[in-house]
Amino acid sequence: MQRFSLFSLLASGLSGQRGWHAQWRHPEPKPAYDALIVGGGGHGLGAAYYLASEHGLTNVAVLEKGWIGGGNTGRNTTIIRSNYLFPESAALYDHALKLWEDLSQVLNYNVMFSPRGVLMLAHTVHDAQVFKRHVHANRAAGVDNEWLTPGEAKAFCPPLNIGDIRYPVLGGALQRRGGTARHDAVAWGYARAADALGVDIIENCEVTGILRDGSGAVCGVETSRGTIRAPRIGVAAAGHTSVIMKMADVALPLESYPLQALVSEPVKPMFPCVVMSNTIHAYISQSDKGELVIGAGTDAYTSYTQRGGLHITSHALEAICELFPMLRRLKMLRCWGGIVDVTPDRSPIIAKTPVQGLYVNCGWGTGGFKATPGSAHVFAWTIARDEPHALNAPFTLERFRDGDLIDEAAAAAVAH
Amino acid sequence: MLLIQCPYCGERPEPEFVYGGQAHVARPPQPAEVQAQPWADYLYRRDNTRGVHAERWRHTHGCGRFFNALRDTTTDHFLATYKVGEPPPAAGGEA
Repeated sequence: MQRFSLFSLLASGLSGQRGWHAQWRHPEPKPAYDALIVGGGGHGLGAAYYLASEHGLTNVAVLEKGWIGGGNTGRNTTIIRSNYLFPESAALYDHALKLWEDLSQVLNYNVMFSPRGVLMLAHTVHDAQVFKRHVHANRAAGVDNEWLTPGEAKAFCPPLNIGDIRYPVLGGALQRRGGTARHDAVAWGYARAADALGVDIIENCEVTGILRDGSGAVCGVETSRGTIRAPRIGVAAAGHTSVIMKMADVALPLESYPLQALVSEPVKPMFPCVVMSNTIHAYISQSDKGELVIGAGTDAYTSYTQRGGLHITSHALEAICELFPMLRRLKMLRCWGGIVDVTPDRSPIIAKTPVQGLYVNCGWGTGGFKATPGSAHVFAWTIARDEPHALNAPFTLERFRDGDLIDEAAAAAVAH
Repeated sequence: MLLIQCPYCGERPEPEFVYGGQAHVARPPQPAEVQAQPWADYLYRRDNTRGVHAERWRHTHGCGRFFNALRDTTTDHFLATYKVGEPPPAAGGEA
């Protein structure tokens, strides 16, 4: 791997930037590996990286149907925070947030993590009570989160309109350690670092079947590029997880919905933080390119189309125009959809399955990007040791049978 | 935005409707006698079909009635809508 450093950048600058190589190989798939990861998004690539770097499993391949980072990793609004209500969730997401903080140094790849603060707005008395409960629960769990009055929220985010709107801002919960990162760089950084440790990243390789041996355990996959054998398979296929797991006759409590986002034309730096409003439903931040990145809600119905209704994005923009009147004349450049896999309790599943050797990391719903490093880290542990890490032990498939839900759905009431 | 054929009112825009999830999920007749896994399956497990999906809709801002639909989840095209209690038309049936 060509390491990036001040010296290598200077030297390449002086030699006309002609000395750079491809950042990872494009190998042909080998007939067999020690482990396979299905899904080349952040969670899958990260899991392959941690399998190689922390568990010594380097004979690993990541199989990706399209191109790496082309699914939800490249389609989300890049918001990172860990102020979840329940102890299990807060621990998992805060594990991820701590890994974000030095991820660029660890991977030697700038993921542009920017802890600029995430402000979640309260518009009703109920919102205010719920968010204050979150603040207290988080502080008891050692996760930073603080309550701001409307005036303090306005001071933290000057573009915010706190008064003259249909649902006035009654305050907000601020997590200062939260922020954004560059989504593509997360996929590319993990891919590059995993490749350097020997992991094969195989793009344009669609899994079409999961092979089982006589005892029922997995022994490989059929793909569009031939049969690949492996005794351990980790599936991190986001919205298509149900489709993949059906190949091994594993049914999951998942439904896949379109979730849309959009970006504006680029403007000068004017938006200092991330603002989320669950009640009138909009998320917004400004990318380092200058585009305002805006998240909308999910469509009402299940779908695999990677597009949604215009009325959903219009609704988000109406909320943005109310909250930030200075943006009313800004033009939108692009909008797109991703397919998110939603569980009944809005918490993920990172677990072993009833099939020996088959592991699943899914159900991140509308909020998986923030968890990428933590999710990948504990998923790699689960695959390598055939048992969950303490942090993902509660996030089983069996919790739906046993009633041990981690009910962030009830806690957040909306997408999170 | 989808245009949805309500079997009672005709074609109407999507915001008049509420999605009701997968159709033909039968509630166990004696919940108290059902084991944990079948009950969890009834509550939470859904086919999440990639392809033709039988699903419920309710025409909330119209007649208020529930009905069922067949929709292709890879295109969002409706293949058919039909009344509650009727069997689903053959998949790929007339629009």
